[in-house]
Amino acid sequence: MTGHGGVVAAATGAEALSTELPVGRSTGWWGMVMFVATEATLFACLLGSYFYLRFQYGPQWPPNGIGDPELLKPLVMTAVLLPSSLPVVWAEHGIRQGQRWRLRCGLAATMVLGATFLALQATEYAEKLKHFTMTTDVYGSLFYLITGFHGLHVLVGLTMIGWLLATSLRGGSFGAHRHERVRNAAIYWHFVDLVWIAILFTIYLSPRL
Amino acid sequence: MSTTTTPSPGASREDLARLAEHWGERPSLRAWFATVDHKRIGRRYLVTAGFFFVLAGLNALVMRTQLARPEAGVVSPQEYNQLFSMHGIAMIFLFATPMLFGFGNFLVPLMIGSRDMAFPRLNAFGYWVFLFAGLFMWASLPFGAAPNNGWFAYVPLSGEQNNPGLHMDVYALGLLFLGISTTAAAINFIVTALKLRAPGMSLNRVPLFVWAIVATAFMVIFALPALNLDNAMLFLDRRFGTHFFDPAAGGNVLLWQHLFWIFGHPDVYIIVMPALGIVSAVLPAFTRRGVVGYPLIVLSIVAIAIISFGVWVHHMFATGLPQLSYSFFSAASTVITIPSGLQIFAWLATMLLGRLVIRVPLLFVIGFVVTFVLGGFTGVMFALTAFDQQVTDSYFVVAHFHYVLIGGAVFPMLAGIYYWLPKITGRMYHERLGRWAFWLVFAGMHVTFFPMHLYGLFGMPRRVYTYRSEPGWAGWNLVSTVGSYLLAVGLLLVLVGVVHAVRRGRPAPADPWDGDSLEWSTASPPEPHNFPVLPRVHSLHPMWDERTAESVGPGATSDRILSEGRHTLFTSELDAHPERAVQMPEPTLKPLVLAAALLLFFTSMLFAWYPVAAVAALTVAATIAVWLWPPRPLEQDLKVVP
Amino acid sequence: MTSSAARSAGRRRRPRALPAVASLYGLLLLAGCAGNMPSALNPGGTGAARVAGLWWLLFWISVAVFVEVMALLIWALVFRRGNARVRHGQPLRFVTIAGAGLPFVILVAVYGVGLRDLAALGEAPGPDAPAVEVTGHKWWWEVRYPGASGATANEIHIPVGERVRVRLRTDDVLHSFWVPQLMPKTDLIAGETRETWLHAERAGSYRGQCAEYCGNQHAHMAFLVVAQPRADFDTWLARLNAPARSPETDTERRGQQALVQGTCAACHAVRGTTARGRVGPDLSNVGSRWSIGAGAVPNDAGHLGGWIANSQTVKPGNAMPPQPVDAAQLPDLIAYLRSLE
Ligand code: HEA
Ligand code: HEA
Ligand code: HEC
Ligand code: CUA
Ligand SMILES: [Cu+2]
Repeated sequence: MTGHGGVVAAATGAEALSTELPVGRSTGWWGMVMFVATEATLFACLLGSYFYLRFQYGPQWPPNGIGDPELLKPLVMTAVLLPSSLPVVWAEHGIRQGQRWRLRCGLAATMVLGATFLALQATEYAEKLKHFTMTTDVYGSLFYLITGFHGLHVLVGLTMIGWLLATSLRGGSFGAHRHERVRNAAIYWHFVDLVWIAILFTIYLSPRL
Repeated sequence: MSTTTTPSPGASREDLARLAEHWGERPSLRAWFATVDHKRIGRRYLVTAGFFFVLAGLNALVMRTQLARPEAGVVSPQEYNQLFSMHGIAMIFLFATPMLFGFGNFLVPLMIGSRDMAFPRLNAFGYWVFLFAGLFMWASLPFGAAPNNGWFAYVPLSGEQNNPGLHMDVYALGLLFLGISTTAAAINFIVTALKLRAPGMSLNRVPLFVWAIVATAFMVIFALPALNLDNAMLFLDRRFGTHFFDPAAGGNVLLWQHLFWIFGHPDVYIIVMPALGIVSAVLPAFTRRGVVGYPLIVLSIVAIAIISFGVWVHHMFATGLPQLSYSFFSAASTVITIPSGLQIFAWLATMLLGRLVIRVPLLFVIGFVVTFVLGGFTGVMFALTAFDQQVTDSYFVVAHFHYVLIGGAVFPMLAGIYYWLPKITGRMYHERLGRWAFWLVFAGMHVTFFPMHLYGLFGMPRRVYTYRSEPGWAGWNLVSTVGSYLLAVGLLLVLVGVVHAVRRGRPAPADPWDGDSLEWSTASPPEPHNFPVLPRVHSLHPMWDERTAESVGPGATSDRILSEGRHTLFTSELDAHPERAVQMPEPTLKPLVLAAALLLFFTSMLFAWYPVAAVAALTVAATIAVWLWPPRPLEQDLKVVP
Repeated sequence: MTSSAARSAGRRRRPRALPAVASLYGLLLLAGCAGNMPSALNPGGTGAARVAGLWWLLFWISVAVFVEVMALLIWALVFRRGNARVRHGQPLRFVTIAGAGLPFVILVAVYGVGLRDLAALGEAPGPDAPAVEVTGHKWWWEVRYPGASGATANEIHIPVGERVRVRLRTDDVLHSFWVPQLMPKTDLIAGETRETWLHAERAGSYRGQCAEYCGNQHAHMAFLVVAQPRADFDTWLARLNAPARSPETDTERRGQQALVQGTCAACHAVRGTTARGRVGPDLSNVGSRWSIGAGAVPNDAGHLGGWIANSQTVKPGNAMPPQPVDAAQLPDLIAYLRSLE
C-alpha cells in the first residue's frame, strides 16, 4: 500500500478500507478496458469487411460513378472530434484534485464538440443521401453502416458525458477519491475518438490511394 | 495491511452473524428475482442450459427417428430443417457455452477465494438476458418460424429473397441479443479472476479451471464481434435492403462465411476449453495428486486461445479459395492439435503416476479421453485440405463434431455435475445409478456417432431430411438411431440421478472427495458469503496445504474476515497482494428490468414495431443511467480526504 | 518409467486390439465397395483415388496413436488402483515428447503428403480438355456442353479416361458439387464461377449429390456422372445437339401438343419445338434420364405421372407447381416424355 500508507494508517478498521481508494486498477477500469477491446474488435471487423468487399469488387471503387468522397467536411469533423478528448482529460485531472468546476466545464466543452461533430455528420448525410443511399449498392451500405455506427458511438459517448455532467451537478457524486466513473467514460470517449481516425482513413482517404 | 492484523481462531460467532446478515437473503419472491448471488445465478445457468439441452436433444431424437429409415415421413422437410437448425443453434449457443459459464459462475469465486463475482449485478443481468434470448429463439419453433438455415446460416440462402418469413430474423436478432449476455459474462470472468483472487493466489497458483475460463473469456471478447457484425449485416440486408451479401450489387457471399468462422472456430474452443478445465479440476481428487505439468497446461490453454484465431478457413476448404491460403490454414489447423496433445498426455501421466479412485466423475473423464481423442483425430484429418474436400459437409463431419462436442464438452460437464453436485446441492448422488448412466451414455454415444464416420465416407451428405435406399446408407442410419435412444436413456438416468440426489440424497460433507481446490473449504452448499474467512493461499493445491488451512483457522485476520459489511477483497492482478476491501452491491431488480427492456426491444425489432423499439431503447438507456447513478458518498469517504 | 511402461503396455494390448481394428478395416473396405454405394473408399478415378490413399494413411496413423493412448489408459486402470503408491514426480519430458514432439513429427510428415495431394487435385486439365458447364438450381442441375446447343439435367456424360473440366455456377444459392467416387467437393458460389475436373478410370455411372445445404430439397439434389467410351460419348453429345426425337404415335403427338401448348412450355424446353422455357430442366432427353427430380424418384411411367400431376407430393417444396393437366391428357404426356430419349 505504498503511497497511501498515510490514509490507511488514519483508518481504524477494515470498514474504512472499503472506500474507493485509488489503489491499483479498479474493477471498473478493467471492465471498461475489456468492453472497449471487444468494441474495437467490432470496428476492426467492420473496416476489414470494407476492404474485403472493396478488393473483391474490382478496380473501380467507389462503384457506379459515386465518385471519391469529398475531403473537406470530414477533415473539419476530425478537427472537431479529435480535440474533444482534451477537455475530458483536463476534467478528469481536475476532479482528481477535487475541482468540480473543472469537471463540469471540461465535460460541457466535450459535449459541445461532440454535438458539433454529429451536426456536421448530419449535414454530410443530407448531401450524400441525394447521391446514394444505403440501398444503392454495397458501397452505400458500407458507407452508411460504418459512419452511422460510429455516429451511434459518438451519441452513446455523449450520453455518458451528459450523464456525468448531470450527476456531477449533485454535490458529492464525484470528488478527489470518487472519480472512477469519470475515468471510465473518458476511456470510452477516447476510444470513440481514435476509431474516427481509422474511419477517416478507410472511408475518406483510402479510395484516393 | 499490518495495521488491521488481529489474530483470532477463525471467524468469531459475531463475525459469522454479521456476515450472515449482510449476505443472506430472506426468501421472498422479490429476493428471488433480485438476487445477485453468483451461486444462485450459476445454478440458474446450469438448470436453464440443461433445459435447453433437453429441448435440443429431443429435437435430435425426432431427427434421428426421421432418418432411421429411407424416405420416412415423420416430419416434413420444412420441419426437419427447423429442427436441425434449432438443434445446432441451441446446443452451441444456448447449451454448451452457458452451461460452462454456469460452472464458471458457480465455481470461479469459490475457487479463487472470493465472496462474489466482480460485477454481481452485471452477472444477474447476463443470466436474465441469456434466459430471455433463449426463450426468444425457442418460442419461434412452435409457430413454425424457427431458424431454418443451419447454425451457420450461409447467405444467400438466409437472405430475404430465398428465405422469406421471420426464420432468419429470429436467428440474427436472437444471437445479437444473446451476445450481450455472453460478452457481459466474459468481461465479468476476466475482471473477477484479475482482481478478486484470495491473497497469495499469484498467477502460478490459479486453478487450471480458472485459467481455462479466463482464456475462454478472452476468446469471447475477440471472437464474438465478428458474429455480431455478421448478424447485424444480415438483418440489415433482410430488412432494410442493404447489399452486403448481394453479389448483384457488389456484395459478396463469402464475407458471411469469413466473418462467421472467424467467430465460429474460436467458438468451438470456447466450448471445449472450460470443459478441459473441468477435467483438470476433477482429476486431482481421483488420482490423489496434482495434474502433471501445470505450466505446460497453462501454456497449452494460452496457445489454443491464440492459434484458434488463425484457422477459420478450414471450414471453407471447398469454396475454391487460392491454394496458397489453403496451405496456410491447413498448417495452422494441424499445429493447433499440439497443445491438445500436450494436455491429453499430461492427464495420462497424471493417471499413470497417481492412484485412481474409480467413481462416476472419473469414469466420465476416462470416457472423455477415449472419445475426445477419436474426435480430435478426425479433426486432424480435416486439417488436410485434400481430405477435407472429400468429407466436408458429409456425415463424417457430423461424426467429428459430435465426438469432440459430446466427448470433449458434454462428458466433462457430466463429470463436473457428479463431482460438484455435493457442493451445489449439498447432497450426494447415487453411485450405482451414476455408473449405469455412464455406461449407457458412453455406449449410446459411440453407437450413435461412430457409424456416421462410415456413411459419411460412403457419400451421405449432412442436412438431408431424408435419403433414398439405393445408396445403401439405411442400415447404418438405423444403428445411429438406436444408439441415440440409448444415449437418451442414459441422459435420462443422469437427470434421474440429479433429481434423486436433490430429493433424497445423503447430505454431503463439506469436502466429500478430499479435493484440492478452495471450493471444498466452504460448506456444502456454500453459505451466501462463501468464506467466513477469505483464505490466504500458499500453494497450487490450497486444500492439501497446511498453511492455507491455518490461514482460515488460527491464522485468520480481520482484514480477511471483513464482516462489517457486504465486503470482499481486491488483490493485485499478478501477485494477488491485498489492495483493499470493497463494498459489494445489494440485491436489485434493475438487471431484470434492463433485460426485460432489451427483450421488448428485440421483439419489437422482430415484428417491425419500430416505435415500440425506440421506446424500449430509451428504457434501456434510462435503466442504465439509474443503475449506475453514483451512491451518496459514505461518511468516512469524506473523513479520509487528505 | 513411463515411456518403457508405455512400450510394454503397447505390446500387451496390441494383440487384443488388432482383431477389432482389422475387422473395422475389413468392414470399411467391404461396405465401401458394396453395390452402387457412392463411397469415397471405392474410387473410380484419379481424384478420389488420391484422397482414398490419403485417408488410409491417416486412418492407420490414427489407429496407431489411439492404440498408444488406450494402452496408457488401460495400464493406469489396471495397475494404478487400490493400494498403488502415489508418485509425485513431474515427468515433463515424457509429456512433451509424447504429447508434442512425436505428434509434431507425424503431423509435419502428414502435412507434406496432404500438400502434395492438394496440389494434385488442383491441377486443372489443359485448355483443350473436354468441358462441361454445370449450373446449380434449387434443386436440380443444369448441364450444358460448350459448343452444343442442347442441355440436359442431373446427368453428366463424360468420356472414360479423359480429364474433363467442369465449370460451376449457381443460379441462386450455394450448392456443392460432389462425386465421392470421382472427385471431392467444389462449392458453387453465388456471383462467381468455380472450376473442378472429373476423371473416371472405368466406365460406369457414379452418383453425385449436392453437399451444401440449399434449402428444403437439398436432400433431393443428386445427379449421375455417366462415364462412357469416347465413341459412345461422341454419339451422345451429337444427339444433344440435334432436335429432340419427334413423336411417332398419335398418343405421343397429342402429348407433344399438350406440352407445347400447355403450361409446361413456360418453364421447360424441348429442342425442335416451341417449348423454350428455361425455368426448369430441359426435357429433350428426359425419357432416358436416370431419375425424375434430381434423384427424387426413379424414372418410370408411374412416377412420371405422379410427378406431372403433383410434383409437390414427390419432392415437397420444389419449384414446379402442381400442373392443371386433365386426366385424359396425362397418359399422352407421359408417353411423349418417355419417348424423348
Ligand atoms: C468442441 C469442439 C471442437 C473441438 C475441440 C474441435 C477440434 C478440432 N477440430 Fe473441429 N469442429 C467442430 C468442433 C470442434 N472441433 C465443429 C462443431 C465443427 C463443424 C462445424 C459445422 O460444420 O457445423 C468442426 C469442424 C472442423 C473442421 C471443418 C470440417 C468441415 O466442415 O469440412 C476442421 C478442419 O480442419 C476441424 C478441425 C479440428 C481440429 C484440427 C481440432 C483439434 O483441436 C483436435 C485436437 C485433438 C487431438 C488431435 C486429440 C488429442 C491429441 C493427441 C492424442 C496427440 C496425438 C495426435 C496426433 C499425432 C494426430 N474441425
Ligand atoms: C454440444 C453440442 C451438441 C450435442 C450435445 C448434440 C447431441 C446430439 N446430436 Fe447434434 N448437432 C450439433 C451439436 C450437438 N449435438 C450441431 C452443432 C449440429 C449441426 C447443426 C447444423 O447442421 O446446423 C448437429 C447436428 C446433428 C445431426 C445432423 C443433422 C443433419 O445434418 O441433418 C444429427 C443427426 O443425427 C445430430 C444428432 C444428435 C444426437 C442424437 C444427439 C444426442 O447426443 C442428444 C441426446 C440428448 C437428449 C436425448 C436430451 C436429453 C434427454 C434427457 C435428459 C432424457 C429425457 C428424454 C427422453 C428419454 C425422451 N446432431
Ligand atoms: C413454373 C415452372 C414449371 C412449370 C409450369 C412446369 N414445370 Fe416441370 N419442372 C420445373 C422445375 C423447376 C423442375 C425441377 C424440379 C426439381 O427437380 O427440383 C421441373 C421438373 C420437371 C420434370 C423432371 C425433370 C428431371 O429431369 O428431373 C418433368 C418430367 C417435368 N418437370 C415435366 C413438366 C410438365 C409435363 C409440365 C406441364 C404439365 C411442367 N413440367 C410444368 C418447373 C416447371
Ligand atoms: Cu443444392 Cu444442396
Ligand atoms: Cu474449426
